[in-house]
Amino acid sequence: MSDTINVDGKEFAVDEEGYLANINDWVPGVADVMSKQDELELTDEHWDIIKFLREYYEEYQIAPAIRVLTKAVAKNLGKDKGNSKYLYGLFPYGPGKQACRYAGLPKPTGCV
Amino acid sequence: MSDIKKFMYLNRRAPYGTIYAWESLEVVLIGAAFDQEVSLMFADDGVYQLVKGCDTSESDMKNFMPTYRTLGDYGVRYMYVDQASLEARGLTADDLIEVAWEDWETEEEVDNIVEVVDSAKVTELMAESDVVFSF
Repeated sequence: MSDTINVDGKEFAVDEEGYLANINDWVPGVADVMSKQDELELTDEHWDIIKFLREYYEEYQIAPAIRVLTKAVAKNLGKDKGNSKYLYGLFPYGPGKQACRYAGLPKPTGCV
Repeated sequence: MSDIKKFMYLNRRAPYGTIYAWESLEVVLIGAAFDQEVSLMFADDGVYQLVKGCDTSESDMKNFMPTYRTLGDYGVRYMYVDQASLEARGLTADDLIEVAWEDWETEEEVDNIVEVVDSAKVTELMAESDVVFSF
């Protein structure tokens, strides 16, 4: 993967694993471009999770661990969405890694 | 599954200037995956880790103070603060952040798991822990 991604003609720096270098650079187009690279089409359900992750980071300054994400999604978006089956269905590479990357967040703490 | 052990993370250093506070916090976050009974103890300059309103914007350091407020979600049930350390620094419980805790299954809620304890209680809590990680 290159060290920048091009979103609407603007270059965004990313780290060696493809995570956005600066979380404050994020615009929704970042998620569009990254998901295209993964050949994944983003739906409203994907955006709910991406938005949720951004809000979580804004409040706590970390990307949530998967079980914390699952529990928090269950609480805020409903139990039918707050389970790993649903989240892996949306983000097959792992909701922690993949959704956080789309959201411009760093890789979750403790995630390998 | 192995038996549940009582883990205590002892934090005795100021939040910035060294890496100890951040390292401790990261270990707590990662260790949450192991389903142990976790408590944190803040003593000496470690009490500064919980002081409200910390602003790191001019120091070029990431402000990780907001992260303490999510620890309840990471299986941390108790956050103790040594009273003598607080008093020696002219601080009171009112200067500290509050951290909520909720059991997601039983929906049992605690508004604030930060508790100021006296020296005798600190000794007792450390003695009854199976493991103490000192940072």
